[in-house]
Amino acid sequence: MTETVSVPNVALAHSKDFILLLEGVNKAFDGFKAITDLNFYLDEGELRVIIGPNGAGKSTMLDIITGRTRPDSGKVEFGRDTDLTRLNEYQINRLGIGRKFQTPSVYVDHTVFENIWLSLEGSRTVWSTLFSRITPAQKDRIYDVLKTVGLTDKAEWKAGLLSHGQKQWLEIGMLLAQNPKVLLVDEPAAGMTDEETHKTGELLHSLEGKHSIVVIEHDMTFVRQLARKVTVLHQGHVLCEGSVDEVQNNERVIEVYLGRKKKA
Amino acid sequence: MTQSFPKREFLIVGILAAIVLVVLPCLNAFTPPESAFHVSTFSLSLYGKYLTYAILALGINLLWGYTGILSLGQCLFFSLGGYALGMHLMLMIGRLGQYKADIPDFMVFLEFPAKYPETGGLPPHWIPFKSFWFAALMVVVVPAVVAYIFGWLAFRSRIKGVYFSILSQALTYAACLMFFRNDFTFGGNNGLTDFKTILGYDINSPGVKRALYLCSGGLLLLTYLFCRWLTSTKYGLIQRAIRDSENRVLFSGYATANFKLFVFVLAAIISGVGGALFVPQVSAINPSEMTPAKSLEAVVWVAVGGRGNMLGPIIGAVGINAFKSYATHAFAEQWPYIIGFLFIFVTLFMPKGIIGLPEQFRTIKRRIQQRNKSVDTPAESAVATTSEGVAK
Repeated sequence: MTETVSVPNVALAHSKDFILLLEGVNKAFDGFKAITDLNFYLDEGELRVIIGPNGAGKSTMLDIITGRTRPDSGKVEFGRDTDLTRLNEYQINRLGIGRKFQTPSVYVDHTVFENIWLSLEGSRTVWSTLFSRITPAQKDRIYDVLKTVGLTDKAEWKAGLLSHGQKQWLEIGMLLAQNPKVLLVDEPAAGMTDEETHKTGELLHSLEGKHSIVVIEHDMTFVRQLARKVTVLHQGHVLCEGSVDEVQNNERVIEVYLGRKKKA
Repeated sequence: MTQSFPKREFLIVGILAAIVLVVLPCLNAFTPPESAFHVSTFSLSLYGKYLTYAILALGINLLWGYTGILSLGQCLFFSLGGYALGMHLMLMIGRLGQYKADIPDFMVFLEFPAKYPETGGLPPHWIPFKSFWFAALMVVVVPAVVAYIFGWLAFRSRIKGVYFSILSQALTYAACLMFFRNDFTFGGNNGLTDFKTILGYDINSPGVKRALYLCSGGLLLLTYLFCRWLTSTKYGLIQRAIRDSENRVLFSGYATANFKLFVFVLAAIISGVGGALFVPQVSAINPSEMTPAKSLEAVVWVAVGGRGNMLGPIIGAVGINAFKSYATHAFAEQWPYIIGFLFIFVTLFMPKGIIGLPEQFRTIKRRIQQRNKSVDTPAESAVATTSEGVAK
């Protein structure tokens, strides 16, 4: 334990440069160690890809960042020393951390336009929603977002009628509407056609720099397209970090993850 | 779009309101009893009761149809509103009761004067209910406070779905058992009854009965308009977003617990007001109104009428109760089986209830048409469904 106490002190000096920092994080569910001594640093404006086999703790890591799960120990900080472990989901979201779920979660009964409207940054109290009217500025912003994710012509469609890929984009649009500092995107290309996957990659690239982005992905073609720094998780721990090629040639990575992938 | 008020619904509501608020009371007041068009005061009161049930149903719909919260204890709030006004009506009986005493009969019978000698037998919390306006205020406040406390605990602990339903049922059952007790000071299993006057007027006179009926109709209309307004706001959008994908709402920065608490308290108030109008029209309130079965029945009205829209629950509440009045005369024993079967049938074959039937028939018709000509144009069906979605 003394080790994990000393590590944060060293990193504290660096922490000012990171938008997101996880240090010495542990989390166990009924004895199963989902996350063990995890260290993760995200630069501002960075696009980072996280890969790892099933059960590596990728989604649990996002749960910890977004307040869905509390870590047993360790440090989770946002920007300059905002401790995320004390906040709940909506408070963390209001700080500027948006999360896209693995399965597309959109409001199926609302129009695409309304989906974005509800996600737009602004007051979130019961009272404000009772009496607020949509402003022309908000409308413009909504159409901006729709343009970014390529759903302008579907604005009046019910979200439930969109294809799977379009729902994924809509959800990314809903995140963008919140104007978040950090975007956490869980398997955006899952279930997409090759063309849709490619489009999603372009979308994420276009957002790079404006937002800090963490993408969790299984699809190595897609990871290759994103071609950014890759973090490999294994058994709740960072196995290695580096470029796609570095990671793919790493002996240990091949052993636990890519080796199996190559055979397949 | 949700913003617009569908013209057809507006027309239907206008016609119904005219019938309920003008035609029926006029037929009661201005036609001779021997006329074929005469509506008896008894019937009018019965209809008034249905209207209060419709108010309750609108509250349930706001919760279940629009927010996805299935509360199986809404009759608790209905009863609490009823009890609040009932207490005032009990005190207004004065010396007209069986025992000719200053306090309600059941208090004499249960020897309250010995228990509360300093107030002449009246439990202290009954005293402010001598004022009509205090009682009227409590009709709103008591259900709201109970709903707030229960809802705060439940939603903050993220109790959802069937667990919430079970808890709400337990809550109304617990309250029911409490109200059954004589020493709870609300009249035990007999409840409150034998009312004589309301605001100084004879509660059984045709004029007062008519006025109470009109109040019920008027309040139903107001509740309807309020619910329509609420669901057309951004709040209404979030409400349905919570129903469809609560996590997305939570992870979009909304404290969903507060949104759910707000609508839960609102629904309790709506139910309480309905209950307050129910009590003077049926001249009684007792703990059997709080049994879980009553709340379940109210949920069945909403399901049968069609949840998630504003007319369905009203149609369900009035329709089933009218049917019940007939059925409990004709075949009383079988009634529980009838309503049980109805619920199962509706859940399985009419997911959108009575109000959804026209749409269901249209879908079936379209499907049959497509099947007849589909072999050469299989793509058409997909286009048809999407363009329908756009039209909505």
